[in-house]
Amino acid sequence: MEALLIAVAKVVVIFAGMVTIAGLMSLAERKVSAWMQYRHGPNRVGPFGILQPLADGLKFIFKEELVPEGANRLMFRLAPALAAMPAMLTMAVIPVGGTVVIAGREIPLSMTDIDIGVLFLLSMSGLSVYGVILGGWASNSKYSLLGGLRASAQMISYELTLILTILAVVLLSGSLDLRAIVAAQQHVGQWNIWYQPLAFVLFTITMFAETNRHPFDFAECEPELVGGFHTEYSSMRFALYFLGEYCAMTVLSCLAATLFLGGPSVPFWPAAPWYVGVLSLLAKAGFFLYLFLWVRWTLPRLRFDQLMRLGWKVFLPLALLNLLATGAVVAFTHGAQ
Amino acid sequence: MLERYAPVLIYAAVVAAFALASLLLSDLLGKRRRAIGKGGPYESGMDPRGNARLRLSIHFYLVAVLFILFDVEAIFLFPWAAASKWLAEKGAGGIVFAEVAVFVTVLGAGLAYVWRKGGLEWDR
Repeated sequence: MEALLIAVAKVVVIFAGMVTIAGLMSLAERKVSAWMQYRHGPNRVGPFGILQPLADGLKFIFKEELVPEGANRLMFRLAPALAAMPAMLTMAVIPVGGTVVIAGREIPLSMTDIDIGVLFLLSMSGLSVYGVILGGWASNSKYSLLGGLRASAQMISYELTLILTILAVVLLSGSLDLRAIVAAQQHVGQWNIWYQPLAFVLFTITMFAETNRHPFDFAECEPELVGGFHTEYSSMRFALYFLGEYCAMTVLSCLAATLFLGGPSVPFWPAAPWYVGVLSLLAKAGFFLYLFLWVRWTLPRLRFDQLMRLGWKVFLPLALLNLLATGAVVAFTHGAQ
Repeated sequence: MLERYAPVLIYAAVVAAFALASLLLSDLLGKRRRAIGKGGPYESGMDPRGNARLRLSIHFYLVAVLFILFDVEAIFLFPWAAASKWLAEKGAGGIVFAEVAVFVTVLGAGLAYVWRKGGLEWDR
């Protein structure tokens, strides 16, 4: 019973934290773009516009929901939930901190630590493509259909690179459990970024393609496809697509920090209290989240054929070679002692 | 061991409740107004021409098939990646790595074949 209560509490707290970060990201997106373009951005709701995401959410709820004629109604209504849910579910295996002792009870700070954490995360993130392509197809609009198709082709192409780069890290730590991967890099010198620089670069770029973000946002590029797969969506359904996208960005940023930057471990302070560890993870993930916005206002969008060429002809062979090289190093140096 | 998955189930229930509740809320609270032409799909202000159930470029299918191929390959690599360190300590690292190298080389040859045949050219 007590274990159940603890599990529910952890689930609720971590879920609320993730959704809050996702909401703040929608504000940060507008604030940072305003800052980069020399204007103010939202600043009316609350101090510095900090309550803007809340106001937006309320407004979305009261908006009219349009279903276009000829749309597949059931699919059209369910698709946003299908897109948002897997993106949020991936958070379940991310260790957000070390261990807390509350009332003599040791509580590890993650929803759960399963020994196939990486596999669970990849399978969940693989599911999110269904929401996008179903939403695009069910809308009965040409822009939506093309956007959904492009998104699915892009997401599955880059998923291969994502898997292969994560496998290189798994090789080094010898476990699919994300907490074990964190435990293997407690000191700055043990961070995987030093041993897997190529995998780190590939993973970071692949994050942008997996979340349909600039410079790979072909699923929704305004000049060609109006809005892409969410052209016909309004009200909370539209919001769910974006909540899912921001949650996916948040989780992938946390994952990048976990795999390559030691997750919640604090540099040069091994005995740091648990809240410093959580802050450390947030700071590392915050860097990647900021990178999403920075790149958006810095780089121009690629062309779709360039994107596919990059994925299949550059990233996939590079990731395969990197994996083989890492495997050789592990196989032939580790057995020596 | 299996009870470690209980939080995943709880979380799935929370997430599903959140998603469905937000969909239902906007269904209940959102207003409805009918107007001529409002229900048509958006086509930049023109009257929509024909149906959107179009025939698709064959490239998308090709990408999907290639994805399945390499995704299945990656599934086979998971156990090896997780066990590689342990195998090396047991002294079996070299032989297992050789097997994996052969496996990956065969698939690499497959990629090279698709590449050569133009299966990766998008703008043809």
